[in-house]
Amino acid sequence: MSVVTRTPAPLNRTRISLLEGKARYAPTLATVGLFLAMFAAGAVMYPGFLSGQVFLNLLVDNTFLIVLAVGMTFVILTGGIDLSVGSVVALSMMIAAALLQAGWNPVAVIALVLLTGATFGLLMGLVIQVFEIQPFIVTLAGLFLARGLCYVISVDSITVTDPFFTAMAQARIPLGGRMFISPGVVIALLVVALAFYVLHQTRFGRTVYAIGGGESSALLMGLAVPRTKVLVYGISGLCSAVAGVLFSFYSLSGYSLAATGLELDAIAAVVVGGTLLTGGYGYVLGSLAGVLILGIVQTFISYEGTLSSWWTRIVIGALLLAFILLQKLFSRKVTVT
Amino acid sequence: MNALLKHRLTWPVLALVLLLLLNQVFRADFLSVRLQDGHLYGSLIDILRNGAPTILIALGMTLVIASRGIDLSVGAVAAIAGAVSCTYIYTSPDPSSLQTAAVAVALAVVAGLVLGLWNGFLVSVVGIQPIIATLVLMTAGRGLAQLVTDGQIISVSNDSYQSIGAGFVLGLPISILIAAAAFLAAGLLTRRTALGTLIEAVGINPVASRLAGLNARTITMAVYVFSGLCAAVAGLMISSNVTAADANNAGLYIEMDAILAVVIGGTSLAGGRYSLVGTLIGALIIQTLTTTVYTLGIPPEVTLVFKALVVIIVCLLQSSRARTLLKQRRRPVTATSDVKVAI
Repeated sequence: MSVVTRTPAPLNRTRISLLEGKARYAPTLATVGLFLAMFAAGAVMYPGFLSGQVFLNLLVDNTFLIVLAVGMTFVILTGGIDLSVGSVVALSMMIAAALLQAGWNPVAVIALVLLTGATFGLLMGLVIQVFEIQPFIVTLAGLFLARGLCYVISVDSITVTDPFFTAMAQARIPLGGRMFISPGVVIALLVVALAFYVLHQTRFGRTVYAIGGGESSALLMGLAVPRTKVLVYGISGLCSAVAGVLFSFYSLSGYSLAATGLELDAIAAVVVGGTLLTGGYGYVLGSLAGVLILGIVQTFISYEGTLSSWWTRIVIGALLLAFILLQKLFSRKVTVT
Repeated sequence: MNALLKHRLTWPVLALVLLLLLNQVFRADFLSVRLQDGHLYGSLIDILRNGAPTILIALGMTLVIASRGIDLSVGAVAAIAGAVSCTYIYTSPDPSSLQTAAVAVALAVVAGLVLGLWNGFLVSVVGIQPIIATLVLMTAGRGLAQLVTDGQIISVSNDSYQSIGAGFVLGLPISILIAAAAFLAAGLLTRRTALGTLIEAVGINPVASRLAGLNARTITMAVYVFSGLCAAVAGLMISSNVTAADANNAGLYIEMDAILAVVIGGTSLAGGRYSLVGTLIGALIIQTLTTTVYTLGIPPEVTLVFKALVVIIVCLLQSSRARTLLKQRRRPVTATSDVKVAI
């Protein structure tokens, strides 16, 4: 994060100067602050809102979105975007459901699903890197392809009856005081912790940030830019597959139309979480906070009762806009004096 | 011959012809168009009629992409336009009159213009990247459409309104005529005046074109407004064809089809050069591809796989890196640049 100089300099020279130093935590802190404010508002407005379980349910109901947002954070940090995640989630669910129906061992199924997701992501990354095509269009093709492959597997929905999957769906881990979480939450939080470690403690993570800060500079510094760029899409694909498995635990079925538009939620969570869409700035913990905010919006709407579900989309859109404008404010061009 | 091979429309046209011939092989009456009850009927007419919304949206998308932008919100705008017009007709005191239909259409068009203005404002005035700026409306748009329809699928029965998507004039479907008129208008406006060149200039380098005295901001704004207008009219066609507004599914993934059509037509996603004729052919290829899938008896949902393959192949062909790799294999020494300047 130290280098922000870019080759075609004059305009970009001090592009993010307002985000230097401690101020770079500002967008993420704004997200956490907003979350706390919303939770407090809920506690005042509705009886029963201020409980540990309401908070834990935000995690329980959004495990797959947390994992997706983690993968998306990697991609967006490099300045890319992955539109295929929703479709890859659906594809993972379909593969899992179809193989379980055919009597496969659940562990083998999960391994195969994760492998497929990672391979799918790596292939997209390779096309992006080797042929220099915009990530947006390649992952769009990925979106089509994965969704189409779902239909190739089955047009109808497949129910999962495997004992391991149903056990995972019903399992509750008690936390005392009648509070509980699902095994999926543990997996999702492990993914977040792992991503945090990789991004902040490894050479790979530093390279991810460096690419987002300025690809040519990163290249000139001798960093492994091409390999890292391919790998982030592989990570996003792997995360999508994990999210697909978690979604299967949650819904116990495979359906070709599942998870449509989930890529938008994932991108919104990352942006609301304070990651700059131009890359280089952001934190995976911010993305977790972003998912919690999207979750609390949904909780609000279900508590309110009179508001219909479509308000969720409108509020998410408005939040997305607000945070983009906030980013704009923080990263606005400042002339050096 | 060499010039013909190098012309950028040669390959799209060839692809379209091959697809049509493939259909002819599997269904002998595919290419025949017959006159029945004073209307033209046949698979070719169906392709044109079903492709009309995609053609329209792709037209708007072409100009947006030429200015180095992208408009992801077109599907949502189409859904909002359908929702606005159908809700107006549904709640009006005289739901079947021509006047009601006219007001409904006007309302939908205004909605499209306003939403286009919103996108243009975010991109050109606020300065947000186009993908992100239009993502906001893509996310919120279907919610807005559901807000308008109150979450219901609104069915209307108004003959004048229905004719937009399903009617015929002089034997031709009205939707084709609307798309053709929009195509001609866009062509004349951008190719017979300097406007097209100005849009390309903004697409190549917004800063330089501003310094050269162009009002880059207004031009950017204008292309998004045009895209919003096209999306709204396409939304009218979609909803009038089924005489209902479906906030969730109307125009779903149509932004992808439109972008695909633009890319197939040879317009560079990096901005700066565009071809309206190419877009038209691209849109027809996509619609024919969909029809081919039906003809071959493949489940229609699998079309997505074919579309994905087409996107990948076309992008690879467009990628200068892939071309260089191919050329290197054919002739080791090459000095020619692949950058084409086309107007």
